[in-house]
Order: sequence, then C-alpha cells, then structure tokens
Amino acid sequence: MSAASQDTAVRTGRITRTFIYLVLLLFALFYLLPLYVMVINSVKPLAEITGGDMMALPKVWTIEPWLSAWSTAQIGVEPTGLKPYFINSILMVVPAVAISTVLGALNGYVLTKWRFRGDTILFGLMLFACFIPFQIVLIPMARMLGLMGLAGSVPGLVLVHVVYGIGFTTLYFRNYYASFPTELVRAAMMDGAGFFRIFWRIMLPVSGPIIVVSVIWQFTNIWNDFLFGASFGGQNQPMTVALNNLVQSSTGVKEYNVHFAGAILAALPTLIVYIVAGRYFVRGLMAGSVKG
Amino acid sequence: MGFLDIRNVTKSYGAVQVLHEVDIAVEEGEFLVLVGPSGCGKSTLLNMIAGLEAISSGDIAIKGRVINGVHPSKRNIAMVFQSYALYPNMTVGQNITFGLEMHGVAKPERDRALAEVAKLLQIDHLLDRKPGQLSGGQRQRVAMGRALVRDPDVFLFDEPLSNLDAKLRVDMRTEIKKLHQKLGRTIVYVTHDQIEAMTLSTRIAVMNKGYVQQLGTPKEIYDTPANLFVASFMGSPSMNLMKARVVDRNGAAHAEVTDAEGAVRHLRFSDDALRAWIGREVILGIRPEAITDPEGADRKSGNIQSFANRVAVTEPAGSDTFVTSTIGGRDCVARMRADADVRPGQVFDFAINMDKAVAFDPETEVRIGA
Repeated sequence: MSAASQDTAVRTGRITRTFIYLVLLLFALFYLLPLYVMVINSVKPLAEITGGDMMALPKVWTIEPWLSAWSTAQIGVEPTGLKPYFINSILMVVPAVAISTVLGALNGYVLTKWRFRGDTILFGLMLFACFIPFQIVLIPMARMLGLMGLAGSVPGLVLVHVVYGIGFTTLYFRNYYASFPTELVRAAMMDGAGFFRIFWRIMLPVSGPIIVVSVIWQFTNIWNDFLFGASFGGQNQPMTVALNNLVQSSTGVKEYNVHFAGAILAALPTLIVYIVAGRYFVRGLMAGSVKG
Repeated sequence: MGFLDIRNVTKSYGAVQVLHEVDIAVEEGEFLVLVGPSGCGKSTLLNMIAGLEAISSGDIAIKGRVINGVHPSKRNIAMVFQSYALYPNMTVGQNITFGLEMHGVAKPERDRALAEVAKLLQIDHLLDRKPGQLSGGQRQRVAMGRALVRDPDVFLFDEPLSNLDAKLRVDMRTEIKKLHQKLGRTIVYVTHDQIEAMTLSTRIAVMNKGYVQQLGTPKEIYDTPANLFVASFMGSPSMNLMKARVVDRNGAAHAEVTDAEGAVRHLRFSDDALRAWIGREVILGIRPEAITDPEGADRKSGNIQSFANRVAVTEPAGSDTFVTSTIGGRDCVARMRADADVRPGQVFDFAINMDKAVAFDPETEVRIGA
C-alpha cells in the first residue's frame, strides 16, 4: 500500500494537457479567492474596507486587526479577544481527539480480533451513531451532563465529543483491522502476549495511516463544531462560538478587518493539521483498497 | 499413553459437527502429518492442539497433562503458520525472540538462543532486516526460527509450504525433514499435499469430512489403504480403480475384467481373503507402478500376471513414461521405465503385480481384508 502506483494518468497530447492545466488553474484560483479576500482584508485599516474595493491590496499594511482579534476585541460583553476561547478549544479538542481515537482503536481491535457473539450487531449499532443528527441528542445530553455535574464545563464538552466521535473512529479502525491478518494475532497469542500487549506491540505500530485519518477527522469535526459548543459550553465556550459572538455583535462599528482576522485564527488549526498530515489522510483512506 | 494424546476429540459449531471422535496417540519424536482435502477438519484439529479453538468434547494431553482450556502460550507448543505471520514492524531478530521476551527470559539468554537458532537455520545475516525485505523462503525460515527458539514440547506446522513456489517447496521440504532428523522433536504437520505427507511423516492421519480415515505409516497408507477415499487421495497419479467380478478358477480367486477390446480376462488375486467374495463384485485397485512392462516388473513379487492390452496414450515424463490403456471400461495408467518401448495403438504385454493389488467392498468402500 506504500507504493500505490501514481502512474495511472491517461496519455494525452500537449494541447489537451495545456487546456486541462488552464482549467484546473482557473478552478484553483476561484477556490482560493475567499481566502485571498480574507487575508488581505485582515491586514487593512477598517477605513480602506468601508471606503473602497474589497479585492484591492492594502495601501497601508497593518497587523492591528490580528492583535485586536486575538487579545482585545469585544466578545459578547468582555473585551478579551479570542485568546481565552482559543485555549478553551485546545483544552477541549486535544483530549477529545485522543480519547475517541484510542477508544476507536480498541473497539476496532476487539470487533475484528476478539470476536464474540453479537459483535456484528454491536458494530452495526455503533455505525448508527454516525447517522444521528446533532439536534436529536441535545436535550438528553444536557440532562446527562447536568446529572454528571459536567454542564457548562470543558470536560463536559470533551465527553460529548468523545461519545459522538466513537462511532466514526470505531468504523475507521474496524475496517482497517479487518484486513489485518488474524494469524499475526494468533502467533502473538502463542508467543505469550496478552490482550493489551498484542494491541500495543503488534497492532498499533502498523496503524499509522488510520490513526492519522481518525485524528484529522475528529480534530476537524470537534474544532469546527458550533452547536455542542454553544449548547453545552456555558462560560467555557470554544473558539467557534466566540467567533460568532465577535462577528454577530449588533452594537458599535462592524470591524470587518478584525472579523476577517478572527475567522482566519479560528480556521488556522484545522488548516495546519491538513497541511501537515493531509497526504497520510488520502493514503489512509485508500489503505487496503490496493493489494500490495 | 503417548507424548501427545488426542483422545476422542470432537468439534462442533452449533449443530454442525466438523470433527468426529479423533483418537491419536503421538509418540515423542514422531512426525505426524494430518492430510486431507480442504474442509476435512485437519486445520481445526491443529488449532485445537494449539489452543486457538475450543475443544467440544474429549481431551488433548501433552506429556500426560490435559491441556483443554489451557492458554496457548502455556502449553509449551510452537506453531508455524501458513502465512508465516511475522510481525511486520519488528526485525527478524525481534520476531524470533518476541516469545522469549513475553515469557520473561532475560536479554543475554535471548541473544544466546537467537544466535543458536539463526546459525541452525542459516539466517544470521538477516537478523536486522524487516520481514518485508525477505524472500518467501527466508520468511519461512524466520517463522521456523521463531518456533525453534521456544524449545517447545510439540511443534505445529499449518501448511507451511503452500505459499512457496514449486522448486522452493521441495527444497524446504527436505530442510524440514533434515531438521526433524537432527533435532528429533515431536511435530504435528498439516498439509493437503499428499506428497508432502508421504515424504515428511513417520505417521500419517488421512482425514475426510471430519473423520480420520486411516492412521498409519506412509507405507501402510500407500500399500494398504483402509478405504476407497484413502486409496484415491494418496498417490500421484492416483490408484487405478475398476469394477471387477470375483470368480473361482482352479480353486483360486480371480478378478474378472475386460480389456480394451471388451474381451473377458482374469487376474489371479494374491490375497486369500478374496475367496469369500467369489461370485460378487468388488472394486479392484492397482497402483500405476504395479503395472509395468515385463522387464520392469518387480522380481521379488510372487504374482506377476501378463496382460496383453491395446495402448491408448503414452505420456513420457522424463523419469517415467505413463501409459494409458483401458481395463474394465476405465482408463488405466501404467508407470513404466522412461525407455520402455511403447507406442500408442500397439498391443502391449503389460505385467501386472497382483501382490500389490487391493480390492474394496463396493457398498462400504472399505478394503477387503483390512
């Protein structure tokens, strides 16, 4: 699977090729346009935006909007900037991604290598979790969090996202481990390795691609989630909710440049995760599809 | 009581019974081969010895200790898997010593054991490589090294050669046999290849449909198959089987068959047990090598019968020439010396060694006299 062939392109003439590249370039530019608008308007003074062309490059370059968005902008009633919410998001996303990935890996391992009566039904039920809309679980979840004393806290948000994410991570790991040879597990068993030893020494070392898939998927979903954050965040709202409070403020002057900077700040972590691990993402999703 | 005892072992999945009362006592140092077509239950039996599958009823004991329900790692056995099952993330050295590490053997001792096994299998130079960088034959050796290093009571082999190409398979077969002769360890070996079974084993258990059809030395299995299944499964080309009527001529039992032209011919049985069958029909079985040209016939045999018959096809195979004719309405293959002068269409004087002929009850398919 590591040497999946790249040589699958159909041979074409030079003119066709030029045309294809031109079209692709055009689409790429079109696709990047919003990013361009966001970036250049986040480094302009507000007057240039309200007074002139959104598409033009700034006459005066400034990082003031970024600093303001980060530490001094009015979020709701407090002039704190996005910083504390960014920290909230990190505190929520890191444990939630880690826990849901580990649990998904363990589930996948048990469902494929330690089969038991009814395991396919259990897996089917877990798959169901992937199709449950967020809105349905809001009220029961609020009640549960209240009972557990986790309402309005970061650990509460972590729990919500872990519960919601297990369905997906289990699906990924189960399908990945399904093609993992069972004889290896049996060999390790005969060598005297126990349940966790086999998982740790035999399964995990070859799970790289699927761990990347799971981490990217979970990170993006949890970081970008708004509904759970707004419903269960309380005083500890994540970045997405804060961004909304910043942008939707109905009093005072609309500081578009600050809004643009804030939006980029909110999108940055997922962007970085994709850039760093993106190629593993594709490789992981394709794993097992090609014999090798 | 043997070294490894399999006593009345059965296996069922729900209502389906896949193994029926298997009863085998394996002596220390024996090389037992379980052979049979796919789905005969041979791998299931091996997995039950290994502890990878539960035993439905009966006992398995090693050195007198019943091991039903004992964890695989605590049975003092080692297994070589069909896919080799090498840990892809570990080097060859780590692969071989993983079991020792799990059993809490100290590092210096592990290294010593590794060096010993690596030398024995001639894989010293591969110890730092990953399994992915090895050829099929090398992986096979590493898999055997992993089993050897544990110094177990019993070795289990699950079709270890079936993933290798033909030539390598023959080489590794000899290698395994050498290893067994050198170390004298107890081995249970599963294969569907009857040649592997014949060449490697000290005893063979031929299995079909969850029953052990016959348990015996390779010679017993080959010369006196217990029933039609064993007769046709073991041997290549397989035994010639044809319907024949047993008749009395001059006080001796004869097989009455037809030749290629349909003329009635008689072949005298060596076995007196056939006298009880006079007047009834049997299935006559003759191995290809018991039908030869007169010069190639076994001189020690007391009952060589001449049988002139028309040759249908000759197939020179280099070392032998296979000659097909028709006896009793069936194609009948004879194995001759490579330079036997036989041509298709010719009426040839076959020499049939009736000492080697066997007969089966057409109803029960059991060998007569068994």
